[in-house]
Amino acid sequence: MTRRLADAKTVHGLIARLAAQISRHNHGAKDLVLVGIKRRGVPLAERIAAQLNAGRKSKVPVGAVDITLYRDDLQMIAEAPIVRGTEIHFDISGKTVVLVDDVLFTGRTVRAALSELADFGRPRAIQLAVLVDRGHRELPIQADYAARVVKTGRADLVDIFLKETDGRDEIVLTRK
Amino acid sequence: MKLRSRHLLGIEGLDRSEILTILDQARTFREVLDRAIPIVPALRGRAVVNLFFEASTRTATSFNLAASRLSCQCVSFSKATSAVTKGETLLDTARNIEAMGVDGIIIRHAAAGAPHFLARRVKAFVVNAGDGAHEHPTQALLDAFTLREKLGDLAGKRILIVGDIAHSRVARSNLLCFTKLGARVAVCGPPTMIPPDIVDYGCEVFYRLDRILEEVDVVNMLRVQQERITSSSFPTVREYRALYGLTADRLRKLAPEVVITHPGPVNWGVEMDFDVADFSQTLILPQVTNGVAVRMAVLYLLAGGEATPEKAEG
Repeated sequence: MTRRLADAKTVHGLIARLAAQISRHNHGAKDLVLVGIKRRGVPLAERIAAQLNAGRKSKVPVGAVDITLYRDDLQMIAEAPIVRGTEIHFDISGKTVVLVDDVLFTGRTVRAALSELADFGRPRAIQLAVLVDRGHRELPIQADYAARVVKTGRADLVDIFLKETDGRDEIVLTRK
Repeated sequence: MKLRSRHLLGIEGLDRSEILTILDQARTFREVLDRAIPIVPALRGRAVVNLFFEASTRTATSFNLAASRLSCQCVSFSKATSAVTKGETLLDTARNIEAMGVDGIIIRHAAAGAPHFLARRVKAFVVNAGDGAHEHPTQALLDAFTLREKLGDLAGKRILIVGDIAHSRVARSNLLCFTKLGARVAVCGPPTMIPPDIVDYGCEVFYRLDRILEEVDVVNMLRVQQERITSSSFPTVREYRALYGLTADRLRKLAPEVVITHPGPVNWGVEMDFDVADFSQTLILPQVTNGVAVRMAVLYLLAGGEATPEKAEG
């Protein structure tokens, strides 16, 4: 059974809400940097940055992490995944880093991203922003900003489609 | 994308897309090497052994560092202090080391085909780090990586390999690799050092350096192996330098965009004058840096390619 959780207009609103929460919580966007988790966290981070930048002179830097090399399940996957590369072209030391991803599920991806960020410098703080928190955590990790909290079964699928990667904005839940 | 073989035995067994997979992967690792903490946990808990039956500083160190940067342990074996001096065979040495639980064996051996021999008999993956005058695939891959970083796509580029083509595993692997990437390769050296059937590899042959030097994008110099200097196939050092050396004179006449590579270690004053070291288009040191990234890519793709790594008993 498939259910649409959000259409394009709702997705737009959810991203605006995340940007507003991030701005309010950090008193503007001073010393703030955004880092998207590949793949869909990256366009999300860029859209949030665009909203934070609106009407401001200084721009919030946006980077991207590819957590493939930090996964704890390389032995379990059939073949070595091709690593697309991490791009953080600014210093994160002393900054407040907002890590951005589309869905928060087990927390293992975020754990890997935190390890990777630690190899780039020592941020003042790291916060986590996600479009959908679907529960079923396997690690003590929580989002600072979740635009939607959805009750799901362990085997359900939450699919996020974004214009930049998929040609349309939509969130779909498939019950198993 | 996965390599078809679980081993890296030579460029000969790779197709163009596999070579590009390794080179693309290496670009990611090149970025890792520039980080504040240039190490990733990708191969945590794995172990490889450097099984070097021939002298090497650069290649052994490069593989060792590549493994370390992937959080993979690397133990080194040197022939001089091993049971090989007591008459242990290659297969026994390898099986014993494998029994200690290593995932991969990086081997350099004076006998051509030694890595292939091992690959058929051990469960670990095998990487050829140089076998006799046969192949040295990671050198070819790091040369291709370095040239692509500098020149972009190698298709249609003219690459000249200069030196002792007959006895050089670098020459053979580079010739295969550059050709598979679409480059037009020529070789140049003394007639005694160029095997007549080399044209079967799809390259041109030149016996005089000066004329062809004006027409190429890349000059890939080879090291003169010391043991050849006393052999009958070698003229004298003075004659070799005069005819085939990249001298200060020849360097001045080169077009400014021509790039120069050398696998190292260089015999300064024999195949190249020291002036080449300071030439802005000389890529010798970038080659060494890139070598670590390329070897990381090879180890990562081979170690990650198995669903569950087979461990030897013991």
